[in-house]
Amino acid sequence: MATAAHEVTPAEASANPPAESIVVRFAGDSGDGMQLTGGQFTLSTALAGNDLATFPDFPAEIRAPQGTLFGVSAFQINFGSTAIETAGDAPDVLVAMNPAALKTNVQALKPGGLIIADEGEFGDRNLTKAKYAANPLTDGSLAKWQLMSFNISQLTLDAVKPFGLGNKEALRCKNMWTLGLALWMFDRDRQPIVDWLTAKFAKAPTLAEANIAALNAGHAYGETAELAGPMKQHHVAVAPAEEGLWRTVTGADAISLGLVAGTQLASIPMFFGGYPITPASAILHSLSRLKEYGVTTFQAEDEIAAIASAIGASYAGQLGVTSSSGPGIALKGEAMGLAIMTELPLVIVNSQRGGPSTGLPTKTEQSDLYQAVYGRNGDAPMPVIAARSAADCFDCAIEAVRIATQYMTPVMLLTDGYIANAAEPWKVPDVADYEPFPVRYCDTVPDGGFQPYARDDKLARPWARPGTPGLLHRIGGIEKAQGTGNIDYSSENHQAMTDVRKAKVDNIVVPDQQVELGDTSGKLAIVGWGSTFGPIHQAVRRARKRGLDVAHIHIRHIWPMPQNMAVLLRGFEHILVPEMNTGQLKTVLRDQFLVDAKPLNKVSGQPFKIAEIEAAIDGYFDAADPT
Amino acid sequence: MNDMTSIKTTPKDWETDQEVRWCPGCGDYAILKAVQRTMPEIGARPENTVFVSGIGCSSRFPYYMETYGFHTIHGRAPAVATGVKLANPDLDVWIITGDGDALSIGGNHTMHLLRRNLNCQVLLFNNEIYGLTKGQYSPTSRVGTRSPSTPLGSVDTPANPCAFALGSGARFVARGIDIHKNLGAMLKAAYQHQGAAFCEIFQNCIVYNDDVFAPFAAKPNAATSQLWVDHGKPLVFAGGTKGLAFDTDALALKVVDIVDGDVSGIMVHDQTNRSLAHMLVDMRFGEFPMALGVIYDDPAPTFDSAVITQNVQASAGKKPDLQKLLSQGQTWQVDKQPRVE
Repeated sequence: MATAAHEVTPAEASANPPAESIVVRFAGDSGDGMQLTGGQFTLSTALAGNDLATFPDFPAEIRAPQGTLFGVSAFQINFGSTAIETAGDAPDVLVAMNPAALKTNVQALKPGGLIIADEGEFGDRNLTKAKYAANPLTDGSLAKWQLMSFNISQLTLDAVKPFGLGNKEALRCKNMWTLGLALWMFDRDRQPIVDWLTAKFAKAPTLAEANIAALNAGHAYGETAELAGPMKQHHVAVAPAEEGLWRTVTGADAISLGLVAGTQLASIPMFFGGYPITPASAILHSLSRLKEYGVTTFQAEDEIAAIASAIGASYAGQLGVTSSSGPGIALKGEAMGLAIMTELPLVIVNSQRGGPSTGLPTKTEQSDLYQAVYGRNGDAPMPVIAARSAADCFDCAIEAVRIATQYMTPVMLLTDGYIANAAEPWKVPDVADYEPFPVRYCDTVPDGGFQPYARDDKLARPWARPGTPGLLHRIGGIEKAQGTGNIDYSSENHQAMTDVRKAKVDNIVVPDQQVELGDTSGKLAIVGWGSTFGPIHQAVRRARKRGLDVAHIHIRHIWPMPQNMAVLLRGFEHILVPEMNTGQLKTVLRDQFLVDAKPLNKVSGQPFKIAEIEAAIDGYFDAADPT
Repeated sequence: MNDMTSIKTTPKDWETDQEVRWCPGCGDYAILKAVQRTMPEIGARPENTVFVSGIGCSSRFPYYMETYGFHTIHGRAPAVATGVKLANPDLDVWIITGDGDALSIGGNHTMHLLRRNLNCQVLLFNNEIYGLTKGQYSPTSRVGTRSPSTPLGSVDTPANPCAFALGSGARFVARGIDIHKNLGAMLKAAYQHQGAAFCEIFQNCIVYNDDVFAPFAAKPNAATSQLWVDHGKPLVFAGGTKGLAFDTDALALKVVDIVDGDVSGIMVHDQTNRSLAHMLVDMRFGEFPMALGVIYDDPAPTFDSAVITQNVQASAGKKPDLQKLLSQGQTWQVDKQPRVE
């Protein structure tokens, strides 16, 4: 799992490959409910005590034309009894609800893997749409895999017949039939799903019953079919986990919870200004339900208004927060400069997606690092934090709130589409373990008079809220005089203010960089950031198991970097930086530390596979003489 | 406007120690004075007042008001002001903007501020030109305006700020002139209106667009071409010799002569009549006089009060418990167990 709290035991680390893990991919039309099926399967898997990681992969179109290749929606889950950190390189089981889903996903399946296909959907029309000349279920082209095909559509129709649904509505229960089968295959309890369906369709009990009937029918089908063919039940042992309360969490959930926790620790209300954008909208959705935690949410007219309103709220004494994805972040650029110039606290969450421009709205990428660190006019330093996993988003959001409020600065928090949507088990933290960092507003005139641009020992300026007598002051984007904050374009003042803005950010105290796996010096360091954590960690673990001298370093504080980073990096002969971009962190490391960091890049919209990173590691070692 | 607790201030109390940097003779000086004169009269409190501006000559305004102030970025003052007001609805929020700031780069925000009806005052200084960037034509410049960017004259139809405001759903629309004595009364009415109060102020740019409003603003033309609307009073001008009547065939206003003071056929101004407001702000100058004063004032629930009410209602009876929040959803308990090696 990718939770920071999890300590990997030598036994777990020696699992190569993890012996007790299975990768299942559900693929179907975007209207088939695959994300829902995957989500519920994830839940039952977590409840069964397995560790897991998921990868929802869906098209940008809400309901793409039925049966088309580009309309395929997939959900992959990797679960097992050992530490799971990625959604898995290649599926063991592929559930294909139509020919398009089979065509776009089957090549990823492990040789010998199991295909479960709904033959009811493999008619001429759908085969043509998927550009199949012949029916792959019958022409032998799937020979290297095991194939189980049966008419899921018809079986579902039969199962829900007593409920008198229309044909279209009845077929919508297909995903529950499939889920029922999957629950049987992996020996999962149906009750949580039954409860969920009952609650979901509370106002339409017939639909609830029909879906439950489909679920039960799929389950029963598994039992019956076990006797014939490759269908067999798998038992995956419970994964070792720390004692305590656990839940599943997505990155978007964890960001929202972390922001609430952060503002509670800072003892201030939160104002969230947002504008709908994939994949960041989920944060707006979840925060809008948390008003009792002092959260005001505002769906603004555009991305600029979203950040501008957040800045206004920060000026008035709340913590302004805004979130978006690459294109929206670009629109917010000028306003970030305003927050830097006026030295107001602000948290900007960027759920990165494939770019440039609209790019790949539903696919993941890490290509906004330059934008985060450098992407503003003028010398505009801003702290940047990157979360490595869904669960890590919680701590990163708290850290962003801490830095923003303690240093009076905007902070950018980077996640990506993969982290935002993927679910993983999360040990619910104990709130008491977090040290509060209450905000101290300037509420009275200090000795010697009030100066809006006076500096404390952290170089932060005072936070004086409108409404406070005696502290009247004006701020703005135009260059400010040191101390008074009055307009001042003089050359010596601009030099001094530019220097102090830089020094403030440079001197932010961040924890020393730890080595995740391996030694603090040696032959090769794999340096990553963000959601590449899982595949890097597994690849390094496997390489170390083979005796290779390789370490994993994963950077949370992208800007400013931890103080020990230079020494740490220089302790390695080679530095390899796997990134889902064309080499952005690599460039920053070269620039900041004059080290010969080498890139390993992937921008396919898909996360790294463990094997891809492992192969790159092997390139640094002579095969005949490891280490 | 919110807090009616009045304290005694003088216009001097509202002045900062900053040197005013507008061109000598700029209409902005008159507006600044009018605002500084009005604040004591309405009983506003400096510490409770925030001026938010965008970018442009007018947007320097906050630096000269001894209040809280935020000189933001081009066009975005309404959005920043929305955050300020939602974070602290007790503040009096004034937005200072210009024709380019509010109607060109910030047109979107102006529209949404007005339709949401944030409780604030919007003072749009309309000089029909981009002053701070040295004289390019603006979205309110008349067709044919010669400027550095339109040496042969502008060709595009200008925006009508008050019509834009009404079209956006504004519940208060007023028009004034920088140097006119009535400006203070208009500011007072704007402050007293609960909701977004939109004020277009004709402001003379002495350097790049001097006397563009002279046809109605100059003293000699004032009497014949200014129509000051007054709620409940007939719509008359030219010393009571002319008035506006409603042409039922054309569904439009028309100018009629008033003989012997007989105003029986003259329309009476009703500031809550939205249709009348539309007709008044759309009158073509020349054929018609320039309608000035509080043209429309019909309050509706404000955005900030609705947001706060919803926040309060949603929180009622709920005790924030972070630990409980984190533990929501589908959870499971892992008991202490020997690790299976």
